[in-house]
Amino acid sequence: MAGVALAVPGPQRARARYETNPAIRESGAVRILILTISLLFFATFLLLPLIAVFVEALRRGWAVYVAALVEPDALSAIRLTLLTAALAVPLNLIFGLAAAWAIAKFEFRGKQFLTTLIDLPFSVSPVIAGLIYVLVFGAQGWFGPWLSEHGIKIIFAVPGIILATIFVTFPFVARELIPLMQAQGTEEEEAALTLGASGWQMFWRVTLPNIKWALLYGVILCNARAMGEFGAVSVVSGHIRGLTNTMPLHVEILYNEYQFAAAFAVASLLALLALVTLALKTYIEWQVTRQTSRREGEHP
Amino acid sequence: MAAAITRRVLPGFGLSLGFTLAYLSLIVLVPLAAVFVKTATLSLSEFWAIVSTPRVVATYRLSFGASLLAAAINVVFGVLLAWSLVRYSFPGKKLIDALVDLPFALPTAVAGISLTALYAKNGWLGQYLEPLGIKVAFTPLGVLVALVFIGLPFVVRTVQPVLEDLDVEFEEAAASLGATRWQTIYRVVIPTLLPAILTGFALAFARAVGEYGSVIFIAGNLPMVSEITPLIIITKLEQYDYVGATAVAAVMLVASFILLLLINALQAWTRRSARRIT
Repeated sequence: MAGVALAVPGPQRARARYETNPAIRESGAVRILILTISLLFFATFLLLPLIAVFVEALRRGWAVYVAALVEPDALSAIRLTLLTAALAVPLNLIFGLAAAWAIAKFEFRGKQFLTTLIDLPFSVSPVIAGLIYVLVFGAQGWFGPWLSEHGIKIIFAVPGIILATIFVTFPFVARELIPLMQAQGTEEEEAALTLGASGWQMFWRVTLPNIKWALLYGVILCNARAMGEFGAVSVVSGHIRGLTNTMPLHVEILYNEYQFAAAFAVASLLALLALVTLALKTYIEWQVTRQTSRREGEHP
Repeated sequence: MAAAITRRVLPGFGLSLGFTLAYLSLIVLVPLAAVFVKTATLSLSEFWAIVSTPRVVATYRLSFGASLLAAAINVVFGVLLAWSLVRYSFPGKKLIDALVDLPFALPTAVAGISLTALYAKNGWLGQYLEPLGIKVAFTPLGVLVALVFIGLPFVVRTVQPVLEDLDVEFEEAAASLGATRWQTIYRVVIPTLLPAILTGFALAFARAVGEYGSVIFIAGNLPMVSEITPLIIITKLEQYDYVGATAVAAVMLVASFILLLLINALQAWTRRSARRIT
């Protein structure tokens, strides 16, 4: 439930479509009122928090800013965040492809139920996402005694962080691919097979090119959440500086130690990641719109 | 018939479905089941004693109450924002449209410390609100502000596409039959948007109930006053009260599952009514 499906934005023709049509136009005063209220709300609740991150980060100058990013604990937090995303995103990508292939291209009983189950992690509180792995792998958990006998640490260690991250980012790729591949049907793949392509050739040359933008879209959203997850990771991490701290956890520790400039400096990196994510997302939506309108142009 | 042919022609059904079910079970289903298995070790009266202490009940009241209120606020302003983005042209529109998704992309901890910096006593906004007697940071009002931030895109992004697909002919017809603009909005546009609005409301509410990162920095986390349910789970865990944490988690999970079913029904309704109007 956290992401939105790749919606193709409608034509950006507000002026021609609505504003010059006297039958469905609000009076000038009403229009200005609605615009003012909604833009003020946007500025207060979305824009201001974004700007505040960067202003607070640079409040004590560049030297403090850079120092906060290159100190060893910050660097190890950055490394762990990158490692976590590098494992969680590809795993969920493979899962998303497999799930979408099975659900979109074949008929079987319980399909709708399976689709709902895949979305389940989005409706679970991040804190519970962490808790469940403590119950399974923690010292008092199902496998706790066995794991400690064999000297394997999952909770309060890196594997727990990666597992919790996989859980909270679980549906991102699948939920972008399923509706798209369902809409595309099976004809193109069947044609490829009939023409003698092998299964993998069909996948690489037909399926993948057809879904590449939705796939990328899902990966980008998945990655943003994987790098930014806080609640779930916080439960399983144990907050060991330099060892099990991801960037968001490092932000929390600095903040609780009243090192505000340093906390906001690390936070500003995450905010930059968010902005890059939104830019890429917008670019993909733009690409999809362009292709859709071009296709419609070819077959009027 | 078509299904049988498909199954024969395309490869990889067994492999992809098998992998999907195995991965889903290992990562999601089995660990989630642990919550209920652990809770089942409690007798009913023990369970009830844990989940109905005044301090825990106070967290439900805050989490569910603030989430309902935040979702309601998001409906009002989210619909106005979606309306502005679809119906009006203004400078910077594309940028604002892209930034609406910021709460999806911005890590919750970052949002949390940033909102706290804005609304603290000497913060950007707090310094003007404090003299008016409005304390936001470290009060339940702070919880509400964080939940409004986190929920806004859900309403905008469910209402916006429906509004874009809405055929202007309906409004033209209403106008030509003598309806005022307000009557047209009230009788024609709002009823058509209603399924999408309710879906957006439910999505924003569901997200807000479980939200943790953006809330804990600004909430103050005072027991009985500004403590949210996810936080009390963490508090119990830190006191090694695994059973207590799990019992409260079970209550939240059941609430989430009910919400998920409701949202599924609402989304099906949105799709049906979208087909009717386009």
